[in-house]
Amino acid sequence: MSSDVSVVVDAKGLACPEPVMMAKSALGRAAGKSVEVSVDTATARDNVLRMARREGREAEARTDGEGFTVLIHAKKA
Amino acid sequence: MKKILGFLASRPGIIITGAVIGVLAPLLVYFGNPANMGICVACFERDIAGALGLHRAALVQNLRPEIPAFILGSFIAALLAKEWKARTGSAPIVRFALGAFSMIGALVFLGCPWRAWLRLAGGDWNAIFGLLGLFAGILVGIVFLKRGFSLGRNHAAPKALGLVMPLLAAGLLVLAVVVPLFGRGADGQAIGPIFRSEKGPGAMAAPIAISLVAGLLIGFLAQRSRFCTVGAVRDLVLFRDPHLMLGIVTLFVFALGTNLALGQFKAGFAGQPVAHTDGLWNFMGMMLSGLAFTLAGGCPGRQLFLSGEGDGDAGIFVLGMIVGAGFAHNFNLASSATGPSPYGPAASLVGLAVVAVIGLAFREKSS
Repeated sequence: MSSDVSVVVDAKGLACPEPVMMAKSALGRAAGKSVEVSVDTATARDNVLRMARREGREAEARTDGEGFTVLIHAKKA
Repeated sequence: MKKILGFLASRPGIIITGAVIGVLAPLLVYFGNPANMGICVACFERDIAGALGLHRAALVQNLRPEIPAFILGSFIAALLAKEWKARTGSAPIVRFALGAFSMIGALVFLGCPWRAWLRLAGGDWNAIFGLLGLFAGILVGIVFLKRGFSLGRNHAAPKALGLVMPLLAAGLLVLAVVVPLFGRGADGQAIGPIFRSEKGPGAMAAPIAISLVAGLLIGFLAQRSRFCTVGAVRDLVLFRDPHLMLGIVTLFVFALGTNLALGQFKAGFAGQPVAHTDGLWNFMGMMLSGLAFTLAGGCPGRQLFLSGEGDGDAGIFVLGMIVGAGFAHNFNLASSATGPSPYGPAASLVGLAVVAVIGLAFREKSS
């Protein structure tokens, strides 16, 4: 976790739609700051990325061990 | 190859999947599958339960190759995309119960969500009540999800665990081709299992090679695009996300067009194939199914595709559905063309109560 990430969510091993619900709720808590979401399947990764982009946020995913970390960037000022 | 696999996971991918299912399902009817039942996950798992002798309803016994082909198609796609991953441990026994009750609800309606859309695309207006019930069940499921419902996390498992369902699927295909007769009658003559209906819906089937190829193709595409008839409605309501719904809309439009082109569209309520006209129990049966599928994270097709990509819990859900089909026919819970059975309505209510308790009792979310 980098120091400018405000909320970190561990959604590994959870079934649909829980990872996206958790990520969305974290976006609310982070109030415009960045959010990092750990998931363990490509499906959850793609779903979280799609949700973030629909919310107008830039997001990217990287492989992280056996799973993925999705970084949702802070809202642009 | 990598590009194609990635493309199929994008928006065009879900539309292609819907279109392929929408064309292939009516074509399978054209080639011999029961009317408005080109593909029905619940009906075909029920037919498999019958073929194996888990129930003895003589009209609905057939080792349908589409179901194992779905699992194997998904297995191949997941391996190629490097998404195959053995995992389990998210309340398997609860998923078994959800699978069993989802099947009981589906057999009160006479179809899974896939068949509900396909029945509508064939002009069977009774499916409207089923689909409304499905939406109602999903909406109740969303209420539970918003209250924090969760069956908990799965965890990585040895590869062998993820291979159980693909190997089981391969075994079923061998049985479907060889059709051995294990049982012996009173005077020693060979009888099934493997059983195969001589009349009724179970006797109607497309040639095995066609069913197999269609099943493998759909399994492959659906693993890539995450096609899900329950997730479609759930994501639209919960996140205003139309992604999966695009697949359903495309499926419906293509199935309608293919049915019209093949002369298979017959509009009305009465006399529809493998259907009854009791609107209340079409609604209630599908509501039970929709709720159970939502709590399990996906529709019965999606559970097959997940089991192919190594999800042992989805595999348990599938086995729950097959055992549930055995109970549904042995206990006379399944509807027939004349309407709900004497015990089907009560079983639906018991199922709704059990599934609601599951929805209330399982809350272990932590982030």
